[in-house]
Amino acid sequence: MTTMSDDKSLPRRRFLAAAGVAAATGASVSCSRAGKAYRFLTDAEAATLEAICAEIIPADEDPGAVEAGVVNFIDRQLVGHYQRLQQDYAEGLARLEQSANSKYGSNLAQLPSERRIEFLKGLEKERDPFFAMLVDHTMQGFYGSPRHGGNRNAVSWKMLGVPTPPVRGRRPVQNS
Amino acid sequence: MALKHVKAVVVGSGAGGGIVAKELAEAGLSVVLLERGHWVTPAECGKDDLRNQRTSVLGASFGPDDRSPRVVVDADGTERVIRPSQGGYHNNAGCVGGGTASYGAMAWRFMEQDFRLRSIYGAVKDSTLEDWPITYDDLEPHYEKAEWELGVSGDDTNNPFKAPRKKPLPMPPLPPNRDYEIMLPAAKRLGLHPFDIPMLRNSVPYAGRPQCMRCRWCVGFACEVNARNGTQNTVIPTALATGNCELRTNCMAKEILLTPQGRARGVAYFDEKDRLQEQTADIVIVCCAAIESARLLLNSRSKLFPDGLGNRYDWVGRNLQGHAYPGAQGVVPFDAYDDVGPGAGIAVCDYNHGNPGLVGGAMLANEFIRLPYQFVQQVPRTMPRWGLEHKAYVRKNFRRTLSIKGPVQEIPVFESRVQVDPKVKDYWGIPVARLSGFKHPHTMEVSKFMAARAEEWVKEAGATDITLSIPGAGLSGGQHQAGTCRMGNDPKTSVVDKYCRVHDVDNVYIADGSLHVTNGGFNPVLTIMALAYYASANIIRNWR
Repeated sequence: MTTMSDDKSLPRRRFLAAAGVAAATGASVSCSRAGKAYRFLTDAEAATLEAICAEIIPADEDPGAVEAGVVNFIDRQLVGHYQRLQQDYAEGLARLEQSANSKYGSNLAQLPSERRIEFLKGLEKERDPFFAMLVDHTMQGFYGSPRHGGNRNAVSWKMLGVPTPPVRGRRPVQNS
Repeated sequence: MALKHVKAVVVGSGAGGGIVAKELAEAGLSVVLLERGHWVTPAECGKDDLRNQRTSVLGASFGPDDRSPRVVVDADGTERVIRPSQGGYHNNAGCVGGGTASYGAMAWRFMEQDFRLRSIYGAVKDSTLEDWPITYDDLEPHYEKAEWELGVSGDDTNNPFKAPRKKPLPMPPLPPNRDYEIMLPAAKRLGLHPFDIPMLRNSVPYAGRPQCMRCRWCVGFACEVNARNGTQNTVIPTALATGNCELRTNCMAKEILLTPQGRARGVAYFDEKDRLQEQTADIVIVCCAAIESARLLLNSRSKLFPDGLGNRYDWVGRNLQGHAYPGAQGVVPFDAYDDVGPGAGIAVCDYNHGNPGLVGGAMLANEFIRLPYQFVQQVPRTMPRWGLEHKAYVRKNFRRTLSIKGPVQEIPVFESRVQVDPKVKDYWGIPVARLSGFKHPHTMEVSKFMAARAEEWVKEAGATDITLSIPGAGLSGGQHQAGTCRMGNDPKTSVVDKYCRVHDVDNVYIADGSLHVTNGGFNPVLTIMALAYYASANIIRNWR
């Protein structure tokens, strides 16, 4: 049995624990992190996450994950639907930061982009489950509905030509 | 206080249960319709692309919620407890209307051959492949009733492979969207026989409901204008209007109550305030879809049925199947996407049967929906999964991708099954469904064949950089879940008789996809509906 707990595989024991004490756990973790700019993330964690998101979907002629507010999206879900992933995020971000520091002697946020990409490609090659989850959540925050706190100003939908606001059914039916 | 005894209690208000409740209520029988979920309104659904029936990363908006986990056993024996919104749960829905409140609404009649696979193709090694105990002709009038009572648009006159129909569809097809127009001449050049998919969707005003507004964010969402026809906006309101049917929402069935002699005397359920209630009835009709219906029977034990109601020969929960969905997508050098719904519109049935060396096959159709986050998952495996190149691919090809896929008729596997978990219980303390199994190797072979046919079609339409999607060998189920309470004449190798009544129990019926001996190379909902009308006729004949 694996001990990872991304959204696709949650071992039984963790689920039972999470189901039983989810509210209590969430509350206590959040309380110790009060007074920050984010709901769950500490400023340092947010900086790490932002550095990673910036490489998962970089800005080019269109805004990227950072500009679209993906960190805000993830933070919001961590006190919402992804509340059960709080510990994974806290531990995962700390682990990546530690690993980057021992490898490059620098925080991820201070690394040049090429080094960060190299670092993340290493994680991908190792099939790091936390990184795979970050990629997925970044895609959700960037390409998903702005209502969830990401995709600010519907930047990705504008990029793809998806009508926004998503009012559909403009075409009348022409049956004789 | 005891609840008032009724003639029939129907468990589950989806495609099957909604119709049974309406038929029985119209025939004058008193009916209680139990539904574990609630009415999901378009406002609640809110066209949320991360929280809907098909993309549920932020929740399964058509239910059930996290109170209803399941245990899934992987091929290597790993057991996982899965939430409804997670992949691998094999969710259908938990709301009034069941899956029909959010489905794509393809309204297929199975073909004549689909009821006689064993006779046509012979036995398949390591499979419980069998003929149905009824034929297409037995269901034909009931297919027609479903088409006209709920409302189906489309035009299958150009489909030479279809089973004969006595009456045309009640509504014409919707006009084609852009990818339909691209795929049509390509199909003709290949010598295929394309036609307009029958859909439970109004192309013109029908039965007091308006026509479709061509929204492309259709499948997985509630329809804002009530133009898509599920049981929640057709037969269930009709049932309630008779005055003979009471719908109780947020009611979770626990077990079928049995007399010492093994007959059903009603259903025990937890009501909306989690109070345990007993609804007694002369007849019980189980319509919870293949996984939950099997679970309910297995959780209904008595001296006579120590391993679950109807499970004397260990067939309840067996042969769980859905559809393997192979396909192909490719890129064209022009804008092929016009955001005009409902998406799928054109299909061919050239490959449903008669494929050399293969048992069965699949219908092929164009794609339903393209949500940006969904499209990201479909980026070819040869591309990076993130970074600049990935973003550029999504930007360039979101509107330039053609996709064809189809549901492969699966070869049933006895070991693919629903059990009840010995340890894990849901919020109400009811043992949860435990799913295990795999796809038959021949299903995988047919899938590869169908992906190659899909590839030919998108290639002929001008696509390059084609990616094939071949489903994995893991268990099937999901929205098309079927097979777990098979119909048959022999009680030793089936769960219900050809009248949809549980063998050895004269007052328990089943009316949902569980009954399917095989699941067709088609979306199964119209067959579930036809069977529900068929079962209702049998019930009324015996019990009015």
